[in-house]
Amino acid sequence: MNFHSNKAIYIQIADLICEKILSGAFKEEERIPSVRELAVDLEVNPNTVMRTYEYLQDLDIITNKRGVGFFVNINSIERVTAYLRKEFMEQELPNLFKNMKILAININEIDKLYQHYLQNNINNSNEKK
Amino acid sequence: MIRFNNVSFGYPKQKLLYANIDLELKAGSVYGLLGKNGAGKSTLLKLMAGLVYPTHGKLSVFNADPTKREPSFLHEVFFIPEEIDTPSLHVLDFGAEHMPFYPKFNNEQFLHYLKEFDIPMTNLNNMSFGQKKKVWIALGMASNASLIILDEPTNGLDIPSKRKLRKLIASVINENTCMIISTHQVKDLDSLIDKIILVDEGEIIVNTDTESITEKLVFKLSSDISTTEQYLYYESSLAGNLIVKERTSEDEATKLDLELFFNAGINNKNEIKQLFN
Repeated sequence: MNFHSNKAIYIQIADLICEKILSGAFKEEERIPSVRELAVDLEVNPNTVMRTYEYLQDLDIITNKRGVGFFVNINSIERVTAYLRKEFMEQELPNLFKNMKILAININEIDKLYQHYLQNNINNSNEKK
Repeated sequence: MIRFNNVSFGYPKQKLLYANIDLELKAGSVYGLLGKNGAGKSTLLKLMAGLVYPTHGKLSVFNADPTKREPSFLHEVFFIPEEIDTPSLHVLDFGAEHMPFYPKFNNEQFLHYLKEFDIPMTNLNNMSFGQKKKVWIALGMASNASLIILDEPTNGLDIPSKRKLRKLIASVINENTCMIISTHQVKDLDSLIDKIILVDEGEIIVNTDTESITEKLVFKLSSDISTTEQYLYYESSLAGNLIVKERTSEDEATKLDLELFFNAGINNKNEIKQLFN
């Protein structure tokens, strides 16, 4: 994993796990990789992964079942969505706004592109079916 | 696990390299030992391993005195030097020769690590420097010693081997072991290091965990330099200003930039020392 952004590594790993839950790669009530497995896979210190898992437990997204491992909580998708939304609103959006201002991009332009994007996305997923 | 108590050290006929240092290292961590060339990193490692003796003061490693070099102490220490020396032996004979010295040595692990590192089953004389280095690393990790010291372990390693080494370290570190890595290639291993020891001019500037560094400091790229804010250190280039400053309640935690932290520690020694001691 390439830890390029400015965020603390344990947060970046938390984001990664949240994305896996949203995409369905990690399912509710299923076990996720152990601290050691994930540390080896991501080439990070196991203490860092432990910190990520503590953080996700505080957010009520995963649970530690002693001796068995870490599991994705029921209804975690709602909490993950809320968490990622908050991150987006507080961190990514201000950056976007900043660039929009510098480049004098009107919000209506963005809206038009966004509607177009949504339309394409719907078409694509229909084709797949 | 390791305790330096008012330790001084100097090589014969030279001025003291370290004067009255105190330092404590705990098990369960990967320590990154950082310092400029000639700062005395290798000497500090040699002191811990009982390869050189303190001029003054007391040093204990798992409650033993390294200078006594008792077998029970040596069983638990594996030192992988930067410059390695290998005899003309088949790699497996080389392993067999070292095994008896380490009661917790695991031969299966040794063979597995050799395979992971793509080591040919041949005489060490036929190997490149990087391959020999990997044989030493495989041996050290398979020794299961409580203290594993690696002096510049990524020197000579090719790109895939560096990745294998990171995976290997992540897989072997546990709450009973202590790994100390001295390195200039901080980007090779920075995601594994969770404690930092920074030495300069015979002083321990910092001995702390990476978590407290990112709690106390922020590292960021900023397009402009503020005249009202106090920076501990910054570097300017056309790309912007790389800034190290004290973290306030408004700042989000950032990723630790070890190179920037190193430069801050060397160039603004006093403030960094105050923050972490």
